[in-house]
Amino acid sequence: MLADYSILLIGAILVNNFVLVQFLGLCPFMGVSNKLETAMGMSMATTFVLTLASACSNLTYHFLLEPLGLEYLKTISFILVIAVVVQFTEMVVRKSSPLLYQVLGVYLPLITTNCAVLGVALLNLNKEHNFLQSLFYGFGAAVGFSLVLVLFAAMRERLAVADVPEPFQGAAIGMITAGLMSLAFMGFAGLV
Amino acid sequence: MYELIAQYPLLAALVALVGLGLVFGALLGFAAVRFRAEGNPIVDQVNAILPQTQCGQCGYPGCRPYAEAIVGGDEINKCPPGGQAGIEALADLLDREVIPLDAEHGEEKVPQVAYIREEDCIGCTKCIQACPVDAILGAAKQMHTVIAGECTGCDLCVEPCPVDCIIMIPEEQSLQTWHWQLPDTSRHHADIIATDAGEAA
Repeated sequence: MLADYSILLIGAILVNNFVLVQFLGLCPFMGVSNKLETAMGMSMATTFVLTLASACSNLTYHFLLEPLGLEYLKTISFILVIAVVVQFTEMVVRKSSPLLYQVLGVYLPLITTNCAVLGVALLNLNKEHNFLQSLFYGFGAAVGFSLVLVLFAAMRERLAVADVPEPFQGAAIGMITAGLMSLAFMGFAGLV
Repeated sequence: MYELIAQYPLLAALVALVGLGLVFGALLGFAAVRFRAEGNPIVDQVNAILPQTQCGQCGYPGCRPYAEAIVGGDEINKCPPGGQAGIEALADLLDREVIPLDAEHGEEKVPQVAYIREEDCIGCTKCIQACPVDAILGAAKQMHTVIAGECTGCDLCVEPCPVDCIIMIPEEQSLQTWHWQLPDTSRHHADIIATDAGEAA
């Protein structure tokens, strides 16, 4: 039981990392990684949203869509669930940490369109996870996302002052770095 | 109910989505009331650091407009009464670089308070109109005076006075404004006891 869940977590964090192995949620990965502090704020907000959205969409599917035979509505209702969770998070962040709210700016509402969030909800169905498994899978996905986002932001902060050849400066060297990170994460394949 | 839904799948979809929308709408409505953030809270935090002299040396009509401008991206070094300590507090709050005070807007001075030489006052009320914090008391053709506790030392009242009867004097020392005197470093030899002073001489 415990082993099952830890395998699920490690699988979601490292082996099938959502950003570097499954290539989901690349827009915030490239967009918010310029500053370490912003990346950390974004990681926290996304972790909260991903975990909650994963669990909520599981409940919606099993207690509303399945009994009514409306499985074909899963995408639209999951988007609805995600949008609500993001709105809720936005209100909480705005109240509790106005500075973080200002720093995250437009990226906070953009979590709605983070494909990793919808991806987790749909993958939960594909893998036939129950409620608790969905919760863990969502959390694992979020931790994996946060891990690579923070690592990547730290690297980009160093790249900003590094002596990079002119044609590679800016986003180009960022893409190359992301590719190398992705290669490194391929090394985890077969661990679980 | 169940038969009806089984008969009309379209109705079921409609009911499910509308129901979901209603539940979520109610949840968000509740959250909007529960987590309401009034105005822009960062402006309040910045405004709390500014010295509230309302002197306008920054180029804005008062401290709050300047606070709004700072949040909007203006520089944080335009407040002479706040001085370097104020700039450091703002830089800490907003995660910006500490920069020296912009000399264009004035220099840091010791806290002052306005004083009206009452025998020269002609009661023109011009200083009353200039005072941003209503710290001057008086009426037309009556002698005016400054409420020292309310005066922020902005010296906006000095300019309009036609008889130049307003002077700025350093704020009287109180328990709040007293600072420990630094030891005198210009003397090479510290006198510990009276006999040491005698030997050195």
